[in-house]
Amino acid sequence: MEIAVISGKGGTGKSSISAAFATLSDKVILADCDVDAANLYILFNPTHEEEQIYIGGQKAIIDYSKCYNCGLCVSYCRFDAISFVNSKVTISEVSCDGCKLCSRICPANAISMVNSDKSLMYTGTFRNGKMVYGRLAPGEENSGKLVNMVRDKAKTIAEAENIETIIIDGPPGIGCPVISTITGVEHVVIVTEPSMSGLNDLQRTIEICSKFNLTTWVIINKCDLNPEISNKIQEFCLSHNINFLCRLPFDPEVVKAMINKKTIPEYMPDYEINKLLKNALNIIMNYGR
Amino acid sequence: MKIAIASGKGGTGKTLVSTNLFYSISKQNIKNCFLVDCDAEEPNDMIFFKGKVEKTFDVNQKVPVINESKCTYCGKCHEFCNYNAIFILPSAKIIKVIEDLCHGCGACSVACKFDAISEKEVSLGTISRFYFNKSSTIVEAKMKIGVMSPVPVIKAAVKETGNEGIIILDSPPGTSCPFIQTVATADYVILVTEPTPFGLSDLKQSVDTLKTMNKPCGVIINRSGLGGNEIYDYLNQCNIPILMEIPFDKEIASHYSKGELFVKYKKEWEQHFISMFNSIVEKYGNSSN
Repeated sequence: MEIAVISGKGGTGKSSISAAFATLSDKVILADCDVDAANLYILFNPTHEEEQIYIGGQKAIIDYSKCYNCGLCVSYCRFDAISFVNSKVTISEVSCDGCKLCSRICPANAISMVNSDKSLMYTGTFRNGKMVYGRLAPGEENSGKLVNMVRDKAKTIAEAENIETIIIDGPPGIGCPVISTITGVEHVVIVTEPSMSGLNDLQRTIEICSKFNLTTWVIINKCDLNPEISNKIQEFCLSHNINFLCRLPFDPEVVKAMINKKTIPEYMPDYEINKLLKNALNIIMNYGR
Repeated sequence: MKIAIASGKGGTGKTLVSTNLFYSISKQNIKNCFLVDCDAEEPNDMIFFKGKVEKTFDVNQKVPVINESKCTYCGKCHEFCNYNAIFILPSAKIIKVIEDLCHGCGACSVACKFDAISEKEVSLGTISRFYFNKSSTIVEAKMKIGVMSPVPVIKAAVKETGNEGIIILDSPPGTSCPFIQTVATADYVILVTEPTPFGLSDLKQSVDTLKTMNKPCGVIINRSGLGGNEIYDYLNQCNIPILMEIPFDKEIASHYSKGELFVKYKKEWEQHFISMFNSIVEKYGNSSN
């Protein structure tokens, strides 16, 4: 069973909550799909067992010994990536989308494509199971393909090790990497916070989840920062047939847990927030049973 | 001059800084002051302002349309497409464009020798321009849900400013494509972080990325007092200036949650933002893009 934790808005506590879920269950597979800012390895310090290169896309480069500056590529590029800089044809690495059209039409065969191969996927063991995480190299397109690779790997290990639960820590936003994270999972947990921004982002996130017909749950984290908006969020969930899971209070101890590289259940087992999380996970696990 | 407000980790306070900074300097007599919300997946800046919409327009991308009466199923377009967006089964005379995978590069049209490919426009999102006061404007980039990449919408929003005056870019989180696209044009980058292990890890990634791009940057530590001291050691070691520290303060959090600008209530902060802005302009305002 895959449980994906996402948030829409960043910084709502998504990673702390997925880390908590990962240590509340029996052995799990933990998949960190926030490949643009993978953080869970900091808490869990997994062993380094396997490393795989992820080829994200391609970039065009010019061989100036062949290029005679005809400028045909400049007129064909739709990404404004090729221009004359000091009257010399130049490709901007930042803007190049990797479509390869310039390379195909170049009459001098001066343009070739190189693979972006700096992104990696790691597999290892942590204190409560196995962990898979991706690290996207800076500037790469986060198309969701690396997310898919992490999820596939997690599923393969789950089968081989006979572990039932996969906890996925998802990326923020509503774009492709989020869609790749939630497609086909059994449960999506959206972690939000009681602010106008949180509510705004939650609405866009729920829209995505309903497109894919997923069992969706909402947690309001730091609920006491604005009880009024917390109520609004809960009402919104009820009126949209979204399962409301729980409210978690703001507690500075949660930050301390992180600083001590511990999860909430490990650092503060007797706190109210841990009981609420335990209960929440139980509700998800027993849903439909 | 363009100043980008960025952070690796989501939810550290980019929008808090962008909106309060823009509001503070918009009261100074600066000709052409812009705030551009480049977080196109989840734009939230307009929650904090009342502004009249000056204009709204769609950002479009071209996708191919195949005229099957002319198509010979030669497969050349499929071969030219570097995104696997054209599916072809010549034996069964099936050809399909998978619009979600298309980047609109136009390679298929170039490939087709039978004039069987035309193009249509599909919307990727919208740009809205809001009047704030006679010298200040807010531009919002909003990606359509389900679209592959926010980059084209971000590019269009930045272009809308005309590239003159003081331009504040509220960047998307992470260090992948959308972030690079936003900061690539900036003269200076303000990184907003929080003093937690996750915050520090993502900050390091952002700093490393900016270094390879040769972008000068400074750091604002948000929610200071809530975490540890590691971040100060790191910044000290790397010689990165701390531009401002915003303490963890329930009052600031509460204003933010309600969609209010905290500088309106804590007047001394308006001056802090203006001083910070002035010293950045003094030092970096004359560099070209």
